[in-house]
Amino acid sequence: MKGIEVSELSYSFGAKKALNDVSFAVEAGQFCALLGPNGAGKSTLFNLLTRLFTSPQGTIKIAGHSLNDAPRKALAKLGIVFQQSTLDLDLSVHQNLKYFAALHGISGRKANKRIEASLEKLGMLERAGEKARFLNGGHRRRAEIARALIHDPSVLLLDEPTVGLDAAARASITEHVHQLSDDGTAVLWATHLTDEVRDKDRLILLHQACILADGITKELRGAETLKDKFLDLTGASA
Amino acid sequence: MSPYLTSLTAIVAREALRFIHQRERFIAALVRPLVWLLVFAAGFRAALGLSIIPPYQTYITYETYIVPGLCGMVLLFNGMQSSLSLVYDREMGSMKLLLTSPLPRWWLLFCKLVGSTSISILQVYAFLAIAAVFGITMPTIGYVAALPALIAAGVMLGALGLLLSSFIKQLENFAGVMNFVIFPMFFLSSALYPLWKMAESSELLYTICALNPFTQAVELIRFALYAQFNGIALLWTLIGAATFTLLALWGYNPARTGLAKRG
Repeated sequence: MKGIEVSELSYSFGAKKALNDVSFAVEAGQFCALLGPNGAGKSTLFNLLTRLFTSPQGTIKIAGHSLNDAPRKALAKLGIVFQQSTLDLDLSVHQNLKYFAALHGISGRKANKRIEASLEKLGMLERAGEKARFLNGGHRRRAEIARALIHDPSVLLLDEPTVGLDAAARASITEHVHQLSDDGTAVLWATHLTDEVRDKDRLILLHQACILADGITKELRGAETLKDKFLDLTGASA
Repeated sequence: MSPYLTSLTAIVAREALRFIHQRERFIAALVRPLVWLLVFAAGFRAALGLSIIPPYQTYITYETYIVPGLCGMVLLFNGMQSSLSLVYDREMGSMKLLLTSPLPRWWLLFCKLVGSTSISILQVYAFLAIAAVFGITMPTIGYVAALPALIAAGVMLGALGLLLSSFIKQLENFAGVMNFVIFPMFFLSSALYPLWKMAESSELLYTICALNPFTQAVELIRFALYAQFNGIALLWTLIGAATFTLLALWGYNPARTGLAKRG
């Protein structure tokens, strides 16, 4: 079953097109990098994929469920890490995750068990009792990724999750999320940083509201570095 | 536990925790009506003569008259405080967590409403307790009878807060809410003066005050505090609550472009 299926999706803010006839699919177990410069339409696409807003044009399916027709089923299969941190800084890591579990209707021992498993997966179990306020940026992000996994989603969306992190934290988080896709989760990772994308990853290049390129990174970049290819493509069409 | 009950418990507990963490908010919520009760009312006692009007059966002091209005004030300001928190949550991003839950959006907003109303009511009872310490008391049964009235009024004003939060773009715009919503609602009501006093000054102002849903909420509380039922006030308060709730749901509809623009 496909993780994400987006078909002929368009969205406008008044007269300005934010997304123009975008179609793509991300398979289960695939790590798909959504690369694009600022203003390309990545955040709009994320807001549509998470149903923070809806578009009258086009369709989105998450794990086979239409976001328009069966939004609750689709959202139940979706794990999301937003660009902006959404941890409550006054709560501990465990309390933050428990609140999220409750928003997905998971409570009691089941919630505690899943929280433990998610934190373990991200190497954050020993920090469960710490207040989010006292975590460094990298650990906060890992806590948020762990939180996004509590309900065992088939699809994981991450909107520029490494913004503001140092090189070591970025490398660690990128590695963790690649591991999740190896375990069978469909991952859509929005970024504007080319060094986070690996050769074997699927790559979608979004520019000026349209998909400019779509394929396996190594094949797309050819002999060039991804950074050069990215600049070539986005520069040429600017 | 059902997913609905689980989420309700978590959202209400989080609101309560947030309230406990903000002690200054609790103190401010109490100081505001107490200043009106102990300072403003003392100054105006001589200036404002009150006749015997229902639900009162005898002459009352001005302090006694404004207690229900000040209960309404606590609910009104707390509703706006919740609205402010929601706008803050949206600016900080944590609102997204709530809105991407697989539970129905109307339910999640309802949970928020229950949370904010519960906290409002706790504050009202704290205010009534302090007023009683200063000798301004109601019939004992009134404190119990007031609870359903406070719930109805709290839900109406909380729903108004929800509605405003769906339309306010930034925290900076909140000053406008103070000027154009809170102050007119409070002063154009029966909270501080009986409506017949207003009618003596201006028929137009009297009509506006009578139509103000906050007036109806205050009268509902006033009658309930004397263990009396005011059906018309209840009806208007419930209509207000339903209208504000429906508009808030519309405001939070993901298909609404206005909300989308704000992400």
